[in-house]
Amino acid sequence: MESKLSQLDLQITACKVRMGIIEGTYNAKSGHPGGSLSVADTITYLYSSHMRIFPDNPNEPTRDRMVLSKGHTAPALYSMLAQKGFFPPEEMKELRKIGSRLQGHPVRDKIPGVDMSTGSLGQGISAACGMALAGKVSGDNYRVYTVLGDGELQEGMVWEAAMFGAHYKLDNLCAIVDNNGLQIDGRINDVMSPYPIDKKWEAFGWNVICIDAHDFDQIEQALNDAQNKTGQPTVIIQKSTKGKGVSFMEDKANWHGAAPNEEQYNQAMSELQARLEELSGEPPAAE
Amino acid sequence: MEKIATRISYGNALCELVQKRPDLFVLDADVAHATMTVTFQKAYPDRHFDCGIQECNMLGVAAGLASTGKLVFASAFAMFAAGRAYEIVRNSIGYPKLNVKIGATHAGISVGEDGASHQCCEDIALMRTIPGMTIINPADDVEARAAVLAMADYEGPTYLRFGRLPVPVFNNPDTYKFEVGKGVTLKDGNDITIIATGLLVYPAIEAAEELVKQGVNARVINIHTIKPLDEELVIKAAKETGKIVVCEEHSVIGGLGSAVAEAVSEKFPVPVVKLGINDTYGHSGPALQLLEEFGLTTDGIIDTVKKALNK
Repeated sequence: MESKLSQLDLQITACKVRMGIIEGTYNAKSGHPGGSLSVADTITYLYSSHMRIFPDNPNEPTRDRMVLSKGHTAPALYSMLAQKGFFPPEEMKELRKIGSRLQGHPVRDKIPGVDMSTGSLGQGISAACGMALAGKVSGDNYRVYTVLGDGELQEGMVWEAAMFGAHYKLDNLCAIVDNNGLQIDGRINDVMSPYPIDKKWEAFGWNVICIDAHDFDQIEQALNDAQNKTGQPTVIIQKSTKGKGVSFMEDKANWHGAAPNEEQYNQAMSELQARLEELSGEPPAAE
Repeated sequence: MEKIATRISYGNALCELVQKRPDLFVLDADVAHATMTVTFQKAYPDRHFDCGIQECNMLGVAAGLASTGKLVFASAFAMFAAGRAYEIVRNSIGYPKLNVKIGATHAGISVGEDGASHQCCEDIALMRTIPGMTIINPADDVEARAAVLAMADYEGPTYLRFGRLPVPVFNNPDTYKFEVGKGVTLKDGNDITIIATGLLVYPAIEAAEELVKQGVNARVINIHTIKPLDEELVIKAAKETGKIVVCEEHSVIGGLGSAVAEAVSEKFPVPVVKLGINDTYGHSGPALQLLEEFGLTTDGIIDTVKKALNK
């Protein structure tokens, strides 16, 4: 496991991850900032303090895996991987451009640190089940994480995978449902309600943990509890805010798949910069 | 001549393959007793995973397994592996170039009594559109087993097509050599070429023998690998025989007939006449009667050759 970061360091890293998301989508003039910002804290915690990863040897066989089933939030993953040194943070400006390896949705074997190609909703969790099954059968100790959107739960294939994960007792698998409540066409309960999310997973035989997606203590506790659970996979249902960290993007469905213009970019970056200075200006937290 | 369904060959070959590749995983979607992965399941229960009736998830799971370096065979009926799960095959297996072998059985109308809902005559067309997908359609037991064993060291997404109907075992197991992407010339001849795949290869040989009696010397080529197509062999046949008949238990749209026509029209245009399912659905009935009705027989091939010779 990675060495633990302090709360302050986590917040600083998450802020930098968010800046990368804005940088990438602004330069690409497209992309999905809203959902990327809502998962930024979880992705930050996973890669900074929880998962066993090897930036110098991204395909190390014993590494923990993370499948971004909600693949459209690639900017969050890329930005985090850049913070961990899988590639230079400046590369975020190349997101979605001709010749760039930072494709609109994650691509395995092209982008260091990306464990599975995703983007077509509902499929990532199945691949994560396959990775977890391989680990169990082979006696490898790695863990597998997969992050899904709440709208993604409308895909029937998610529930095929949910059935599979519980049936084969994949306790090395942890799914994280990013419950920001919004999808492209509006509020998830107006478009096609997946609620009650917790009871559905429970009925499918999963260990269910509900947390606040923007509280690192809760994220840590949930991931540790998931790791200690035996005999069944765990799902962490995290209540999140779409667009979290950029005032004018928060809880707005229209920021699902729209890039900021120059004015919005400047405002978003100055908000995040101010936050970063506020965090960095504080005295280091006592460990 | 002994007859064996290639799905039986498939189940048997998996048990041989695991000797070469101990990392083999076999997945099935509640049809193990029909795809015949049950043979493998009985011998290696800890390496066989039934996914239940969920072909889409099964192929996604296969992708995840393959991403860790395992060799994976995922099995279902062709209709559901290639049809229902098309987009999972495209996005989770094809695009990431994962080493998943799709063992699709019950292809074509020879499924028989189950009827059109289960008679997949579109799978080759669907799989051909996926970049990097290899498509193998073995003609008999010997070729089917050899194809499965060849997967031990053939990397990349591959679709293997097997049938339900017992078919004649005409290849000699002692001398037969299987090479992915290489067509097999079964009979020389310069008047016309019959290119066949799967269960129509043996009728093609029979048709050519009958045609000799009628003064027509047809070349017979078995194309077991539909993609990548052995273009060299096909173009050579076009040049040397001037006309081609393609026979397959598949729609005339998008299958081997289309692949041959595409190659020939670009590189050495000659008439290509396709014998297959003519843009229609099958229906219930005994397999042999259905093949008869749709002209997928020795006589059907002879008629098609005569039609092509008159072009």
